Amino acid sequence: MSGEARLEILTRINRIGAREQEPLERRPVRPSTRPRAQIVEQFAEYAAEYRANVRRLAAAEVPGALRDLLLARGSERVAVPQDLPAGWLPGGFAVTRDEPGVTDLTAVQTVVTGAALAVAETGTVVLDHGPGQGRRALTLVPDHHVCVLREDQVVDNVPEAVARLRGSVLSGRPLTWISGPSATSDIELSRVEGVHGPRVLDILLVREG
Amino acid sequence: MSAGGIKPARPFQQAARVTLANPQMRRNLRHATTTIREKRLRAVAELPDWEALRDEGAALKDHVMAHLADALLDLEAAVQARGGRVHWARDAAEARGIVADIAAAHGAREVIKVKSISTDEIELNAALAERGIHAIETDLAELIVQLAEDRPSHILVPAIHRNRAEIRDLFRRKLGAELLTDEPKQLAEAARLYLREKFLTTRVAVSGANFAVAESGTVCVVESEGNGRMCVTMPGVLVSVMGIEKVLPTWQDMAVFLRLLPRSSTAERMNPYTSFWSGVTPGDGPQEFHLVLLDNGRTDVLADEVGRQTLRCIRCSACLNVCPVYERVGGHAYGSVYPGPIGAILTPQLLHLEDRNANTLPWASSLCGACYDACPVKINIPEVLLYLRGKITEEKPLSAEAIAFKTAAWVMSEPHRFEGAIKLARSGQGPLVKNGAIHALPGMLGGWTEARDLPAFPPQTFREWWRGRPAPQPRETDGQAQTSEGELLAPQRGDRGPA
Ligand code: SF4
Repeated sequence: MSGEARLEILTRINRIGAREQEPLERRPVRPSTRPRAQIVEQFAEYAAEYRANVRRLAAAEVPGALRDLLLARGSERVAVPQDLPAGWLPGGFAVTRDEPGVTDLTAVQTVVTGAALAVAETGTVVLDHGPGQGRRALTLVPDHHVCVLREDQVVDNVPEAVARLRGSVLSGRPLTWISGPSATSDIELSRVEGVHGPRVLDILLVREG
Repeated sequence: MSAGGIKPARPFQQAARVTLANPQMRRNLRHATTTIREKRLRAVAELPDWEALRDEGAALKDHVMAHLADALLDLEAAVQARGGRVHWARDAAEARGIVADIAAAHGAREVIKVKSISTDEIELNAALAERGIHAIETDLAELIVQLAEDRPSHILVPAIHRNRAEIRDLFRRKLGAELLTDEPKQLAEAARLYLREKFLTTRVAVSGANFAVAESGTVCVVESEGNGRMCVTMPGVLVSVMGIEKVLPTWQDMAVFLRLLPRSSTAERMNPYTSFWSGVTPGDGPQEFHLVLLDNGRTDVLADEVGRQTLRCIRCSACLNVCPVYERVGGHAYGSVYPGPIGAILTPQLLHLEDRNANTLPWASSLCGACYDACPVKINIPEVLLYLRGKITEEKPLSAEAIAFKTAAWVMSEPHRFEGAIKLARSGQGPLVKNGAIHALPGMLGGWTEARDLPAFPPQTFREWWRGRPAPQPRETDGQAQTSEGELLAPQRGDRGPA
């Protein structure tokens, strides 16, 4: 159907023969030289500026912190990806292991996932929907997203993050970059949180070692 | 249905007269542009190598333009390898047909849409309506514009000309929403309730694309509210329409634009949500994906050595927010889905410089250069404006007005000469001024004043004044209708103009 259009557009472009003067030199991505502590600190600060609730804690404290969050929000229906590390979850809650086509996400109040990495420069969490992160709808439909992140997953800046995500992208995985909860400024530029995505984003940032 | 398209119904000078008579729009716009402008400076200052980044963005885009056919073929192959389908559309009608056919093939009566200027460019909603398919805009501002049967007035905040009370009334009337107050929070909640059901039940979604990566077939949508995530994730079928200039060669190139775009557009370090997907992901999201590659005049722009840089544009809207003309006349005056400085150069070029109304747009500028300074990909908008003015006056039959345009192009082609000429005019303007306006100019400039009165030249040139002016105050001093379009080209007489 569009074979003709394709040929014509490509012909138009090739007729132009716009060739560049100098070859492009891309700046190489250099590993950050900033101290780790500073990078992690900046991520926590910037994510909080985007109204994500950031809590820094030791690995052993994750189940307790999760329990507090679920109790505070009165969440009774919790969903997690199939492969979420079992050690993170507190006892005493009915937790659904997500199954596409089976789980009714509209009935889920809180979802708990891991992440692929996080970016200090922007306060962003990135999911590549690999291990511990689930399909995209899982972290989209429920109102409350708790993201568990290790400090060593925080990278300094956007170019580093993009470089690290190359493998995921080339293997065909989708990515979701999340900076705070869903927000709009469409009405008189007043910021309102929680339009269509999760209204609340909690980040549990797990200390190294 | 929000009107779309890129063909202005009137010449800019006429359209501007109408919008200048709308004080609410001007107040809202001034508030928006001032706020974003100041925030942007802070966001940009945070990155130490901003200037290098701009150069990199410009160079990358130029590189893509020089190898566009290769990049598009790579993109096509990669999307297909990931189970997506790629369509090519020479013009708007072809693109509309492709999208409508896909929706109709699925028996869709409704499609959900995430804000996309390229689908507005091709007037998709009207075409779908003709086939009995209702397109639902899911971006809050776009929804407001659509329900009000209005047009967007800004790329980034399309409903900025509407106040909260109007929006409350609109939602009550059109969505049957029970709204006790006009708090933005409540209004957003009403939209959430209405749209949530649509997200969960509609089978076909239509999006635009901010970028697409050739080597991996990855499409990118940048947004804030989560409606974009909903549209690209929940329905079974996704159709994305993108201009052919949006392609980037390698995944790593995204790094440059993920830094340039949010800081330039919403003045944030990063927008709340960015989605990337490559073709179809088994078990996750739409299982049918179509990418429509849209030419619609772009290859003509590409063929023009000066105009080509227009295709670097990443639609951030920074140039709108710094433009003194835009701030006064608002987006509607440009008569196209592309308003402001970028619209003044893109719209006429997409129409091959053959549309009489669009051909007035290159004069919708004071040539102050603020747009060039703000543009994250360093499009030299003043240069393109002048170039287009020259081409239009040369190629079209010359009216008296056009002769003056031509003169203006020559006078303004170089800042020193321009400022020199203005100073000359200033010193010699005495006898021509009546009631603060110049009614006739001697010699070559005469044609210009046949069609309009110029305000008297201010004691400073516009450029001198704009550069040195303090940030605008929130007070509203000019709510009255302005009728002289010459006003656009110079600061207000009297109040906050040059002292
Ligand atoms: S021309 Fe430049 S500043 Fe204007 S919208 Fe495009 S990229 Fe942004």
